[in-house]
Amino acid sequence: MKMWLREQFGGFTATYRRELGAYFATPMAYVFLAVFLLALGVFTWEASRFFDTGSADLAPFFVWHPWLYMIFLPALAMRLWADERSDGTDELLLSLPLGMPGLVLGKLLAAWTVAGVGLALTAPMWVTVNVLGSPDNAAIMLTYLVSFLMAGAYLSIGAAISALTGSQVTAFVISVVIAFVFTAAGWPLVLSGVKSVFGTGGAELVASFSFLTQFEGAQRGVLELRAVVFFLGFTAFWATLNGLWATRQRLG
Amino acid sequence: MLDIQRLEKSFGAKHAVRGVSFRLEKGTVLGFLGPNGAGKSTTMRMIAGVLEPDGGDALIDGKSILSNRREAQRALGYLPEGAPLYEDMTPPEFLVFMASARGMKGVARKDGVERAIADARISTVCDQRIGSLSKGYRRRVGLAGAILHDPPVLLLDEPTDGLDPNQKRAVRALIARMAPHKAILISTHTLTEVPAMCSRAIVVDRGMVIADDTPQALAKKSEDGTLEGAFTRLTDQAEAESA
Repeated sequence: MKMWLREQFGGFTATYRRELGAYFATPMAYVFLAVFLLALGVFTWEASRFFDTGSADLAPFFVWHPWLYMIFLPALAMRLWADERSDGTDELLLSLPLGMPGLVLGKLLAAWTVAGVGLALTAPMWVTVNVLGSPDNAAIMLTYLVSFLMAGAYLSIGAAISALTGSQVTAFVISVVIAFVFTAAGWPLVLSGVKSVFGTGGAELVASFSFLTQFEGAQRGVLELRAVVFFLGFTAFWATLNGLWATRQRLG
Repeated sequence: MLDIQRLEKSFGAKHAVRGVSFRLEKGTVLGFLGPNGAGKSTTMRMIAGVLEPDGGDALIDGKSILSNRREAQRALGYLPEGAPLYEDMTPPEFLVFMASARGMKGVARKDGVERAIADARISTVCDQRIGSLSKGYRRRVGLAGAILHDPPVLLLDEPTDGLDPNQKRAVRALIARMAPHKAILISTHTLTEVPAMCSRAIVVDRGMVIADDTPQALAKKSEDGTLEGAFTRLTDQAEAESA
C-alpha cells in the first residue's frame, strides 16, 4: 500500500515546485494577483458600498468571491496542461516515471497556492473592519477558509479542461462557461425558472450543486459540513477527470 | 538491454508503425534512419512510454514498458524530438526538477546535476533562462536531462539536428564517451554522421524495418558505395514495392 502510494504520488513535490516556480518566474502570478485584488476592491467598494453598509463585517466583500473566481481562476488554471502540450514538454513529462495522481495534484495545488496568496493579500480588508468596529473574527476566518476551498473547486474545472483541450484560450472560455453554470445554478433568477418547470424539488436539487448556495452558509459565518464535503468532493471529481484526460494523450 | 518486440501503432487510418522489432546490446550505438514520416519518432515515443502501443512490447533493461512502465522509464534517458524544455527555468533548475521527478534526492541529485552539466558542457549558460539559449545549448540541456540519472539505455531523437559543426562534434564526442557503458538509440536525418557515430544502423520506411546492418555494410549495398546512396535505394525500393 505504502509502495503503491509512493508510486502514484511520487512526482508531487517536483511538479508542485516546478509549477509554482513557473507562475512566479513570469509576470503571470503578479498580473493575476494585481488584477484580482483590484477587481475585488472595486466591487467591494463601488458596487457593494463597503463603508455605507454601516455594519462591521466583510459580507459586501465575500459576496463577490464566487463571481470573481468564476472569471479569474480559469485564467490561472488554463496554462497548467495546455502549455505543456503547445511547448511539447508533455512528452518529456510522460517519459518520466511519474504517477498521474501526483502530477494532477502537484499542478492543481500550485495554482491553488497562488489563489491562496491572492486571498491572503486581502487581509487589509479584515484589518479595516477591525479598526472600524468589532466584527466576529471567528466567522470571518471561517468564511475565508470555505472561500479557499471554493477556489480549489473552480481551479479543478480549469485544470481539467486545460488537459482536455490543449489550447489555453479554448480552455479558458469553456472553463468560464462551466464555472458559470455551477455558480449561477443558485441564482434566484435561475432558480425561479427551474421551479416553474420542475417544481420545488427540482429547484432544490439544482441549487444543491451551486457554488452560490454552498457558499451562502459560510458567508453568514456558519460552518456547514455539507459545503465542505461538496467543495472537496467537487474538486476530487474534476481532478479525477483531469487525470483521465491527461492520460488519454498516451493513446495518441 | 533494449528489446523491441513487434511494436504496432495506428493513428486513425494511418498505420504508422508495423511490427518493428530489434534488439540492442550494451556498447552499441544504433542509428535509427528513415525518411520523414517513416515512424521513427512514433517508435521512440512508444519505447519511452509516452505513447501506448497498439500491439507489441518494449523491454528496457528487462522491464516491460507496458506492464512495468515506471521501472522501465527509470532505466531510460529520453531526448524527445526538438528537445522540448521549460523555457522559464534556468538549466540547473530544469535539471533539479528532472532529478526530483526521477526520485533522486540530496547528494545523489546534486552530483547527478553537476555531472550532467559538466558532461553536456553547459556550465557557461547556467545563469540564463532556457528560453534565451541558442538551439545548440538547448539541445545540450535536453541531453543533460536525459543522462543525469546515468541510465543504461539512451533514446535520442535527432540529438544533432540544427547544431553547428562544432556543436555536432561536441555531442558526438559525448555519445562516444558514453557508448561503452550504455545501449544508445539515435534517430537522425544526417546520414554523413552515422558512420562516425553509430556501430549499427537500422533503416525504417512506412513503419517497417527494411535494413539492419553496420553502416559500412549498408553503404556497400549502393552503387556509389555511400550510405546516402544505400538509403535512397532502400527507401525507393520500399516505395516501389508498396505501390
